[in-house]
Amino acid sequence: MDSLTKKPRLATVWLGGCSGCHMSFLDLDERLFELHRRAEICASPFTDYKDFPEVDITLVEGAVTTAEQLEEIRHVRRRTKILVSFGDCAVTGNVTAMRNFFSVDDVLDRAYRETATQIVGIPSGNPAVPRLLDRVRPVHEVVKVDYFLQGCAPSAEEIYRLLMDLLDGRTPALAGRKFGS
Amino acid sequence: MTVEELFELHSEEQARLRRLENRIYCCTAAGCVSCGAEGLRSAIAAAIKAEGLEGRVEVCGSGCLGLCSKGPLVRSAADGALYGELPPEEGALLVRPNPIDRQRLAAKRLDTNAPFFARQLKIVLANSGQVDPERLADYIAAGGYQALAKAVTEMTPQEVIEEIKRSGLRGRGGAGYPTGLKWELVARQPSPVKYVVCNADEGDPGAFMDRSVLEGDPHRVLEGMAIAGYAVGAQQGYIYVRGEYGLAIQRLQTAIKQAEREKLLGNRVFETGFQFRVDLRIGAGAFVCGEETALIASIEGKRGQPRQRPPYPPESGLWEKPTLINNVETFANVPPIITEGGDWFASIGTETSKGTKVFALAGKIAHTGLIEVPMGTTLRTIVFEIGGGVPGGKFKAAQTGGPSGGCIPEQFLDVPVDYESLTNIGSMMGSGGLIVMDESSDMVDVARFFMEFCMDESCGKCIPCRAGTVQMHDILSRLTRGEGTAEDIRLLEELGALLRETSLCGLGQTAPNPVMSTLRYFRHEYEAKLASGGRQ
Amino acid sequence: MSVKTLTIDGKMVTGMAGETIFNAAWEAGIRIPRLCHVGGVSDVGACRLCLVEIEGQKKLLAACLTPVEEGMVVHTNTERLRAHRRLILELLFAERNHVCSVCVMNGQCELQDLAAEAGLDHVRLRYQFPKLGVDTSHERFGLDHNRCVLCTRCIRVCDEVEGAHTWDVSGRGARSVIIADMGEPWGQSESCTSCGKCVQVCPTGALFSKGRGVGEMRKDRRFLKYIVTAREKHQWIR
Ligand SMILES: Cc1cc2nc3c(=O)[nH]c(=O)nc-3n(C[C@H](O)[C@H](O)[C@H](O)COP(=O)(O)O)c2cc1C
Ligand code: SF4
Ligand code: SF4
Ligand code: SF4
Ligand code: SF4
Ligand code: FES
Repeated sequence: MDSLTKKPRLATVWLGGCSGCHMSFLDLDERLFELHRRAEICASPFTDYKDFPEVDITLVEGAVTTAEQLEEIRHVRRRTKILVSFGDCAVTGNVTAMRNFFSVDDVLDRAYRETATQIVGIPSGNPAVPRLLDRVRPVHEVVKVDYFLQGCAPSAEEIYRLLMDLLDGRTPALAGRKFGS
Repeated sequence: MTVEELFELHSEEQARLRRLENRIYCCTAAGCVSCGAEGLRSAIAAAIKAEGLEGRVEVCGSGCLGLCSKGPLVRSAADGALYGELPPEEGALLVRPNPIDRQRLAAKRLDTNAPFFARQLKIVLANSGQVDPERLADYIAAGGYQALAKAVTEMTPQEVIEEIKRSGLRGRGGAGYPTGLKWELVARQPSPVKYVVCNADEGDPGAFMDRSVLEGDPHRVLEGMAIAGYAVGAQQGYIYVRGEYGLAIQRLQTAIKQAEREKLLGNRVFETGFQFRVDLRIGAGAFVCGEETALIASIEGKRGQPRQRPPYPPESGLWEKPTLINNVETFANVPPIITEGGDWFASIGTETSKGTKVFALAGKIAHTGLIEVPMGTTLRTIVFEIGGGVPGGKFKAAQTGGPSGGCIPEQFLDVPVDYESLTNIGSMMGSGGLIVMDESSDMVDVARFFMEFCMDESCGKCIPCRAGTVQMHDILSRLTRGEGTAEDIRLLEELGALLRETSLCGLGQTAPNPVMSTLRYFRHEYEAKLASGGRQ
Repeated sequence: MSVKTLTIDGKMVTGMAGETIFNAAWEAGIRIPRLCHVGGVSDVGACRLCLVEIEGQKKLLAACLTPVEEGMVVHTNTERLRAHRRLILELLFAERNHVCSVCVMNGQCELQDLAAEAGLDHVRLRYQFPKLGVDTSHERFGLDHNRCVLCTRCIRVCDEVEGAHTWDVSGRGARSVIIADMGEPWGQSESCTSCGKCVQVCPTGALFSKGRGVGEMRKDRRFLKYIVTAREKHQWIR
């Protein structure tokens, strides 16, 4: 990664996932300071940003499940040099994709009608509620992905190693990882 | 029956046929039956009765007369004329035609000097349309069972095998393995119990070569099997025929009964020590059951799934006994080879592929139907001379070998059709299906169609074929919908190599062929379908 | 019985006549990937993961079914074989519904291990998401078709070792499913003796003991070795 000369720019994105991967990221604990020294964290669910900036590395948590996320990940891809599928939902669809056994209508019915107690009814026409895609898809099915970090969720240790490898310009050593664990 | 009795019956029946004023052959193969052959036949029979010509004019059923697209077909023996698309009332005119009738009939007369007939050479189908498949006497009048008589009374088993080897006959079921060598392998096994199996599963979409032989000349297949039984030392034969072939099954049952009654099958065939029985086994329509090891499992009453070879059936087949498996057409070639000699057979065809091959012409071609041509005939002759060309369109490609084969583009029209040449250009002989496509055909969709067939017919035992055909079909469907990417084409090629190299049986190994050959010759059609936006 | 000498991955190896390449390699410490093979029952050569290259042979052959021969030169780990194996594993993950993070076998699963060994970090093929059920009618065990790889180990151990032949395959191609008896719920099977052998040999989370949570299922195949040793060597030793 010779191109990363000055302080490399890092981002994380949260799509259709449970945020567990980001929790694991936060488990870097004191190593977050080291990360802060080595890279500039430009955008993440923990930071406030309007438009996704140009960055060197982006970690993507979660599968692509809404039309909005599809737009977002395409935009992110255009602005990122190295895109990493971060955790099983991004890599395989994982639990998020388990709704693929049902039609979108059935899923919405279940969520907003059958099980609702307060406000019953599917929100429609509300721009704040994004449209669900027909099926949930792993990130690499919609954009090119450079590295895959498996795990539900990957441990802080693994996230740290991956980031250090990338920041040091090494090909990340990801061999031997398993889906799931 | 003794050999003398066979020859007596042969002469008697020939004399009887000569005494007839006319004999009218109505094609009663499935194609003609579907366009009214039965009604035509009864109209002719009624006319004979009405004219009081019983005993002088005869009507009989016959096997396929070839030009199925002009059915129902009728042949009149008196003048050798062939008529097509005859309605029943015109058929009745054939019985005793007056000059006006003759004129009317002339309009329906097919030109048997036309290339469709003239460029063919009939060995396998020689009797088809010439004998009534439900009468043993007809077959015997045509020289039937003389080869078996010769084999068991004049030749040693080894001599029979030598004759087959000399003929250069190769298996017509698809792979083209030399038949004589296969027989020798089985003959060499010391086991006292061996089997002969006739593969009549014919599952390729659009193929009906074997069906025509079984429907049109069932005794020929029985005779071929019995000769094989004598040569390899087997006493029991099985014909594995697909359940959809009701008429073939019925004719085979009749033929077996007739042959047993006349002691042409059973104990002491031609009063020698040779005994041979044939039983039918009915398949339930799974394509994979045509694969020899799956077929064996199916006859044994197990789930019809292939197993790894080796061991090959000649070593360990049915109930783990040495087993000879040949295709219907392969067996049908055997009696003429024994009567006429291996050298005669070897004089027909090309260096590596001897004899003739039956093809079922289908698709965008003027004359659809069944043809038999010498090996080495070019595709151009088959499509443009015999087949009458591509009506209202331009030839684009021909698919041989069905779902296991490949497409052959225009530039190879002059390649002689034999086992090696077809394999060299990325297709294969297969069992004889030949589908012609014109420029309206979408080659990606053609590939998708065949992949869908393989996906549906995969037995599911091995992963590359079970799951790989699903993925290849998925990608092809995406491409035809305009949603595919360049990455998808790469995956298609990778999966193709996987299936070819790692599938357990021929179904999976050859399933990628239509994709691979269309990618080879029509790649631009795939690329033209790519989605514009990259990954979807 | 005669001894055959052959070379596997450059190593001189000996095997008894009739022994498979897989076993000869195993005894010499060479691990060929496998999914349908399990020691103690017959082999079917279905998963195609154990395919090897044999010099002088155009076809790849299944090590679990191919007997050793004198002078054979076998390669078990070439680039071509690795690529094929990776793609076969991708096919398996895409074929049914493997959601490892919520699976009883997470962390102990043979399919997961094979993928990890093959360096498989994502699946390029489309996941098929077939709708499949879970049969929990048996009082002690369950069968989750979503996790089944159709290796038929369960069928063979139940037929050949337990002698019950409860399991078989119904349907063909991608529609193949494992069924109990004539297709009834496992709990209603009259042939099943509830011995649990099928559960123990199942490589994935498809067959499991009830009451196990995510990643809690452990499988133990020592019983098979015990039976096989008894059968072959007439010694009842663990
Ligand atoms: C999937 C598959 C289907 C087959 N179907 C047939 C068939 O319908 N008829 C046939 O004769 N051979 C079929 N074969 C070939 C047979 O396995 C076998 O090679 C053949 O019957 C041998 O006879 P031959 O030597 O006379 O060709 C099939 C092979 C495969 C792999
Ligand atoms: S290649 Fe297909 S048909 Fe043949 S054994 Fe494998 S799954 Fe069955
Ligand atoms: S069976 Fe194995 S591969 Fe499948 S979900 Fe369970 S742990 Fe994952
Ligand atoms: S528990 Fe035992 S008897 Fe029952 S299905 Fe499994 S192996 Fe067969
Ligand atoms: S249930 Fe388990 S052992 Fe049986 S076929 Fe499926 S994966 Fe194999
Ligand atoms: S282990 Fe040999 S094919 Fe499955």
